Amino acid sequence: MAQKELLKVTNLKQYFPIKGGFLGRTVNHVKAVDDVTFEIFEGETLSVVGESGCGKSTTGRAILRLDEPTAGEIEFDGGDLLALSKSDMRKKRKDLQVIFQDPYASLNPRQTVAQILTEAMAIQNVIPKKERRKRAIELLETVGLNAGQIDRYPHEFSGGQRQRVGIARALSVNPKLIICDEAVSALDVSVQAQVLNLLKNLQREFKLTFLFIAHDLGVVRHISDRIIVMYLGKIVEIADKKSLFDNPQHPYTKSLLSAIPTPDPEAKKERIILKGDVPSPIDPPTGCRFHTRCPFATDLCKTEVPDLRNLDHMKEGHRAACHHIEKIVTGDMQPT
Amino acid sequence: MSEDIILDIKDLQTSFYLDDFEVKAVDGVSFKLPKGKTIGIVGESGSGKSITALSILRLLDHPGKVKGGEINFKGRDLTTLTDKEIRQIRGNEISMIFQEPMTSLNPVYTIGQQIRETLKVHQGLDKENGTKKAIELLKLVGIPSPDKRVKQYPHELSGGMRQRVMIAMALACNPDLLIADEPTTALDVTIQAQILDLINDLQDRLGMSVIMITHDLGVVAETCDYVAVMYGGKVVEYQDVKSLFRNPKHPYTVGLLKSIPRHDTDVDELEPIRGSVPSPKDMPKGCRFAPRCPFATELCMEELPSLDHVEGESEVRCWIYTDHWDGDAEVKAHGPKRVAQSN
Ligand SMILES: Nc1ncnc2c1ncn2[C@@H]1O[C@H](COP(=O)(O)OP(=O)(O)OP(=O)(O)O)[C@@H](O)[C@H]1O
Ligand SMILES: Nc1ncnc2c1ncn2[C@@H]1O[C@H](COP(=O)(O)OP(=O)(O)OP(=O)(O)O)[C@@H](O)[C@H]1O
Ligand code: SF4
Ligand SMILES: [Mg+2]
Ligand SMILES: [Mg+2]
Repeated sequence: MAQKELLKVTNLKQYFPIKGGFLGRTVNHVKAVDDVTFEIFEGETLSVVGESGCGKSTTGRAILRLDEPTAGEIEFDGGDLLALSKSDMRKKRKDLQVIFQDPYASLNPRQTVAQILTEAMAIQNVIPKKERRKRAIELLETVGLNAGQIDRYPHEFSGGQRQRVGIARALSVNPKLIICDEAVSALDVSVQAQVLNLLKNLQREFKLTFLFIAHDLGVVRHISDRIIVMYLGKIVEIADKKSLFDNPQHPYTKSLLSAIPTPDPEAKKERIILKGDVPSPIDPPTGCRFHTRCPFATDLCKTEVPDLRNLDHMKEGHRAACHHIEKIVTGDMQPT
Repeated sequence: MSEDIILDIKDLQTSFYLDDFEVKAVDGVSFKLPKGKTIGIVGESGSGKSITALSILRLLDHPGKVKGGEINFKGRDLTTLTDKEIRQIRGNEISMIFQEPMTSLNPVYTIGQQIRETLKVHQGLDKENGTKKAIELLKLVGIPSPDKRVKQYPHELSGGMRQRVMIAMALACNPDLLIADEPTTALDVTIQAQILDLINDLQDRLGMSVIMITHDLGVVAETCDYVAVMYGGKVVEYQDVKSLFRNPKHPYTVGLLKSIPRHDTDVDELEPIRGSVPSPKDMPKGCRFAPRCPFATELCMEELPSLDHVEGESEVRCWIYTDHWDGDAEVKAHGPKRVAQSN
């Protein structure tokens, strides 16, 4: 399967300065994303999961250049995104749309749905002016709303319906890639299921590519082709969905998966309870950043940063960043 | 039920009286909680879970009022007590923890000062004994170096640690009943696992009864013995946890279970419930779920079903289970879980 790379992120770093002292000098950095490399293939859904603060949104924002990356390269559809001028980047946003968690915050409350959608089309100038309203109606129907709702304001919609409006707006410019940052996280489960089904259907219909940022691994399993697991600004594991859920390699991925409550009271579970909290990204642990909580950590883990590696027992494309994958898989190393 | 019932709520009704409108936030909540057990209250946003909890403790904001029903706790109906009597029960016999621990901790006092204050009010402990007990409690809830932590302020702790502190404070007086309102919703899953483990473990050790309010059916499955499912201010189904997941009875419960994307198995297509939750301003007059229910009949649209026993201890509020049902015969014979699947 020769897949085309739509987006390639190489050695991306995003450090946010922390000002301090009475001179307001930069005293330190939040290493929100620290040397992250991955690619997204055309037509797939790649998800990024991990706990709060691990750098998921920052990665998405860097790709959109909502924050300018500290270092690294971002190639999109064959071109260098970081080389674009501000105004060229704005034009590029036609191909690169985003849907956020809180549609209410991202929709102008004083605009009707018709205005929201036609304005998006106008900015990118994708459709002749007199056809825009017709297109807006089509879009509403595509996302499961009806034409009669086109002159309503965002507050007249429920949360799930507002998220549909946000999706319609993203679709209005025929994008290639949509970054969904916690796009269904705020929705009630019955409505969340509607929106997930909608996203899947739209992807099939319009050959969309999704970068799907989420912390709910149930949602991620449902929607993804491949999954990236992040911990404290670094990728700890990347794999196709099946490998990740059936054959996780990194101790963090394993504990994350085991921590999710299963909606079945009769399921037998072995839970790996992690010690302590996620450390601060200001002074992240040396070596493997997970070593302070890892049940397998050794001295090596404290000093050497592990690379993402693919080993014989792992499927192609499945990589994990742990020094001890081999010994853990054979059982030669036991958790402490 | 042969077991001791610690809490028995009957047809609780709580309303907010706005200028021109009565919001019936809780409008028919009934359930029983056996001593030492955990009941889960589940339902989507706005279904009345938190207001149920706040009604028990009479912590409702103005203009909210319990307007009907009984809250029988250890043999006394709490709705008949004076405010003073309720205050004595609050924090002593019944404690509550909330979703966002930061808003319930006071940022200007140390953790130790706050726990000591609780202990002083409820148990009359002096400073020295209060500090000792505070350290003991922090240790009980698994906070490392508790003797240092008592001197710290809430903002110096992580979210998970703050929730542990809240639990420590809630446990300060060995309550008989702990009400936990979304105690882990704001936390990461690895921290959630720690906190749920802690609550389970403490419950075993201290013999507490627990009301676990959540919208997460995974949390229910892993922590509860009984479940009350709420929709539109009403309990629509009450079962022991295994029966609920094996054999959900209310079409809403069935719909919820089919809407969850599972992390432990592949589901080809989610089967969402159509539409969205009704707002209190236009509550359907019959069964609250009728406009979204795939089985609804004219009767469902017009008349509200009551919460009735079906099979043993299970209760359901749905016309399908009554003699009045004149809709789909399949669903009557096989239940909504089986029928919806074959549709
Ligand atoms: N503009 C900023 N200035 C300083 N620090 C920032 C900024 N934006 C993000 N951070 C920090 O960077 C880290 C990563 O944040 P990010 O928002 O990417 O996390 P996330 O994985 O999306 O988490 P969540 O699940 O909570 O949304 C956090 O420690 C955050 O506090
Ligand atoms: N102070 C108030 N004034 C008016 N209405 C209120 C007030 N507090 C709650 N309500 C209404 O009561 C209903 C039940 O609210 P409640 O907070 O119990 O929901 P919940 O099930 O806890 O939801 P969530 O999952 O979002 O926490 C809602 O319709 C809500 O809008
Ligand atoms: S009473 Fe009717 S509408 Fe309500 S859940 Fe039962 S079948 Fe559906
Ligand atoms: Mg984020
Ligand atoms: Mg609530």
